[in-house]
Amino acid sequence: MSAGEWPLYEVFVRGKRGLNHVHVGSLHAADDEMAVHHARDVYTRRNEGVSIWVVRADAITASSPDEKDPLFAPAGDKVYRHPTFYSVPDDVPHL
Amino acid sequence: MTAVDTDAGPDTGPDPALLAQFERVLARSDRIEPRDWMPERYRATLVRQVAQHAHSEIIGMQPEGSWLTRAPSLRRKAILLAKVQDEAGHGLYLYSACETLGVSREELTLRLLEGRQKYSSIFNYPTLSYADVGTIGWLVDGAAICNQVPLCRTSYGPYGRAMVRICKEESFHQRQGFELLMTMRSGTEAQRAMVQESVDRFWWPSLMMFGPPDAESPNTAQSMAWGIKRNTNDELRQRFVDMTVPQAQALGVTLPDPDLRWNEERGHHDFGQPDWEELAQVVRGNGPCNAQRLAHRQRAHDDGAWVREAATAFAARRSGEPSLSVEPVETPGADR
Ligand SMILES: [Fe+2]
Ligand SMILES: [Fe+2]
Repeated sequence: MSAGEWPLYEVFVRGKRGLNHVHVGSLHAADDEMAVHHARDVYTRRNEGVSIWVVRADAITASSPDEKDPLFAPAGDKVYRHPTFYSVPDDVPHL
Repeated sequence: MTAVDTDAGPDTGPDPALLAQFERVLARSDRIEPRDWMPERYRATLVRQVAQHAHSEIIGMQPEGSWLTRAPSLRRKAILLAKVQDEAGHGLYLYSACETLGVSREELTLRLLEGRQKYSSIFNYPTLSYADVGTIGWLVDGAAICNQVPLCRTSYGPYGRAMVRICKEESFHQRQGFELLMTMRSGTEAQRAMVQESVDRFWWPSLMMFGPPDAESPNTAQSMAWGIKRNTNDELRQRFVDMTVPQAQALGVTLPDPDLRWNEERGHHDFGQPDWEELAQVVRGNGPCNAQRLAHRQRAHDDGAWVREAATAFAARRSGEPSLSVEPVETPGADR
């Protein structure tokens, strides 16, 4: 590893208790611990978070974002997974 | 809209299906994301714009930073420190966004230091009095907000998300500047004069921040067609003037433009033209502080070399790699 380019980390912040960690951006750091410190300084200067995850970008496996990607095709024709697919009488409560 | 990839040569144009998909996403005002196919010119335009924006945040720390040690009170010093630190953060958000387009941070830093990429012309003006700290917050950050708010809806996802984050922080910058000037305006005669003198110096350079007039901005049409830019330079300049005039009245300062007046018919202020030749000179590197700003950035980069080396060596040792694998940092242009 050259000192010129530290590895890239992706940063996830939990905004407050009860919420998921959400991706907020990325940064470079020499190691994991420095990545957490940098993430605090770069992404939570105004109490934007109660918890930070950092993960090296090269450790992430991604699907292709292309919406024609066949990966998402199986969900495309399964309308019966949504509650609106079912017609029930209007006057039955709590359905 | 024609977004044909001319760089690919006449007979190897982009895959029509990919281009159609790209244009469909833009047509429904959706966002382009990093791993999507995009025309090379779209990518190159974004790299230039986002990098220039990132460099501006980083270089922009210098004019105000020079007043950190001379702030008149602990309160003002803490505020100024927080603001300058925010600008560093803005630079980092934008560098990250730019890197998603396939340029490395190292390369971006190099392009700035070698003068191959620009930063905003405004930061090549000196901060001669403490009132300049207030004027920069009010006018320069104010102009930046005008520029940046529409960019929250830019077509490239990571750029737009960086802008949203930045815009949230900018309003503190503008308000602290305005408050500083208000405080000085209620001070001694000398302090009041200092505010007016500062506004006189920064007014025209602030108008120049929006770039040349539309007629001389040949890339604007393509950038707007791609949804990278959302407004023309002149539209944003007008918006800035309209927004600033009542603020100047509240401050009791005069904006140094004899042609500035409300135009009932247009529903906007008429105003004079900045000295475009001056802007051209500053952009070409001949502004009052161009050399100083780049020399300072180079020095900061060089002075940080040992920190980067040490952190890398430490990380390598902890992960069990031999620390001998650490290579010396290249410091282009360094004469030491
Ligand atoms: Fe900023
Ligand atoms: Fe700012």
